[in-house]
Amino acid sequence: MTRIFIPQDVAALAVGADAVARAIAAQAGDGVTIMRTGSRGLFWLEPLVEVETPAGRVAYGPVDPADVPGLLAAGMLSGAAHPLCLGLTEQIPWLARQNRLTFARCGIIDPLSAADYRSHGGFKGLERALSLGPTETVEEVVRSGLRGRGGAGFPTGIKWRTVAAAPADRRYIICNADEGDSGTFADRMMMEGDPLALIEGMVIAGFAVGATKGYVYSRSEYPHANRTFTRALDVARQAGLLGPSVLDSDVSFDIELRVGAGAYVCGEETALLESLEGKRGVVRAKPPLPAIKGLFGRPTVVNNLLSLATIPTILANGAQAYADYGMGRSRGTMPIQIAGNVKFGGLFETAFGITLGELITDIGGGTLTGHPVKAAQCGGPLGAYFPPSLFDTAYDYEAFTARGGLIGHGGIVVFDDSVDLSAQARFAMEFCAIESCGKCTPCRIGSTRGTEVIDRIRAGVEVEANIALVEDLCQTMKFGSLCALGGFTPYPVLSALHHFPEDFRRGACPVAAE
Amino acid sequence: MTPPLPWDARHAADIIDRHLHLEGPTLPILHALQEAFGHIPDDAVPLLADALNLSRAEIHGVVTFYHDFRHEPAGRHIIKVCRAEACQSLGSERAATALLERLGIGWGETTADGTVTVQAVYCLGLCACAPAALIDGDPLGRLDGAKLAAAVEGVRWS
Repeated sequence: MTRIFIPQDVAALAVGADAVARAIAAQAGDGVTIMRTGSRGLFWLEPLVEVETPAGRVAYGPVDPADVPGLLAAGMLSGAAHPLCLGLTEQIPWLARQNRLTFARCGIIDPLSAADYRSHGGFKGLERALSLGPTETVEEVVRSGLRGRGGAGFPTGIKWRTVAAAPADRRYIICNADEGDSGTFADRMMMEGDPLALIEGMVIAGFAVGATKGYVYSRSEYPHANRTFTRALDVARQAGLLGPSVLDSDVSFDIELRVGAGAYVCGEETALLESLEGKRGVVRAKPPLPAIKGLFGRPTVVNNLLSLATIPTILANGAQAYADYGMGRSRGTMPIQIAGNVKFGGLFETAFGITLGELITDIGGGTLTGHPVKAAQCGGPLGAYFPPSLFDTAYDYEAFTARGGLIGHGGIVVFDDSVDLSAQARFAMEFCAIESCGKCTPCRIGSTRGTEVIDRIRAGVEVEANIALVEDLCQTMKFGSLCALGGFTPYPVLSALHHFPEDFRRGACPVAAE
Repeated sequence: MTPPLPWDARHAADIIDRHLHLEGPTLPILHALQEAFGHIPDDAVPLLADALNLSRAEIHGVVTFYHDFRHEPAGRHIIKVCRAEACQSLGSERAATALLERLGIGWGETTADGTVTVQAVYCLGLCACAPAALIDGDPLGRLDGAKLAAAVEGVRWS
């Protein structure tokens, strides 16, 4: 029986993976089983078809249904050569260069098989945590140096320590899977490709801090991920990973999936809590911290999906093995997502410290359109636009901050020379206006006024005076907003203004152009 | 897609009832109501307020806060086109504008014949195969004006 692996990840489906699977099933005859997996994350090669051979999995891609007869005739089922053949998957340089810790299994295993999960190292982290006990589990996470992968970069272990120490009748674990940043898709890939790793991470978190209930807050824009994850919860219950006695211990833990409703601001942790409680997704003032008073007023761990999905590997292999990767205070690996106008886009998990230029030029291969790279927005819609002159910046929380940027949730969106940064700055303000929860004035009103002022700049009206006004407004938003939505919208705006001043002064007539 | 049901207060009450055991059940209930009726009918607001022991104003506030909840039924087919940065970088706005002009509608609107609604979304997580859209929930990547128009025509008359 020859095993063939074809991703079911929504990004593979978006470029025709189902049609390829159907064509292979119809034409390959008996003796072939098709297993649907997550994606390896090499999206320019999707649909990527892998065939199991004695030497390992051999990859072909990107495969079109029309290629299938030729592939079969060439001997694809035994891993034979063909123009689309990429050789052994593990040896594709783009994949071989990575350090896949969080995404070790994604694209390899059947996402909904507990047995497959176990045979690829699953459950080991939880088993070790149970033997260490709650306190030592928390300390292990502290020692790993893991910092919040949602963008804030707060040490995960310290947060857990706070929640564990807060007196309470009950505590909660919340997975923030409200992955709204453009250019990011790692949470989605994990939910589709290795959902049991997230579940295991949440169970470990629950055990460590003394919580018995977890919520995953996902997005309505991710229907495929939500379907897969819902099934994964059932698989986990049947496998004893969730339920009243986790892995036959006296630990009880269960998880519920909740789906947002199209509000970007609910990715902010306190707005997320309000939304989970059934209210408008309006930001709460801090303090109190969610770790002290979170969901329904109880101590709550709110961690990004990637942080939680990294916990099993940290526990399984030890904190030091994880901390050995990285640079400075950014320990471990980051699943970086290279997207937008880029030749080789996808998920590139690597140790902190690689430079932005390596990611965009060497790994990303430059733009898809073949034009020069003009800018890269790092860290989502609230992240700065970097010009090529700053591509020597190391991928590291502190190095990015020093350059007026942020790594956020790990997204990089590449633009070619056709982009107009004044239009992107305007979009940043407009997006903030659309998504503002309305609680604080700098964000609610500042974003609308900011859009208007940038419109005037683009129309050539009193350009220098209006640029000064936008800069001033950005200072107000940065320091006066309650949360990162209003507070970080100045990053894309100011970086566009400072690094691409010519885009704000192109052919502008000094008098009104409207 | 399953066509939405006409308003039925008893069915709505059943839906609400099924979710009352949850902690913070408001959003799950609203999703389920919209799934059944295609939008959140005004009549649902007092029912929900009663069941959750909240004011109508509070429920109205929640319904209107979230972009997903519709106040009137959508067209038979829902096209969600991503307008976020990664898709912008490869010309999503051009493709989307052409589609809207062809259909004679604006963002969030439904064609006069009730067949198609086009919604803006900000990120589908398909950023490495941008530009992207969901056509009745089915993902479409690496699209351009022609591919998007063909996909919409493909579902519109089915």
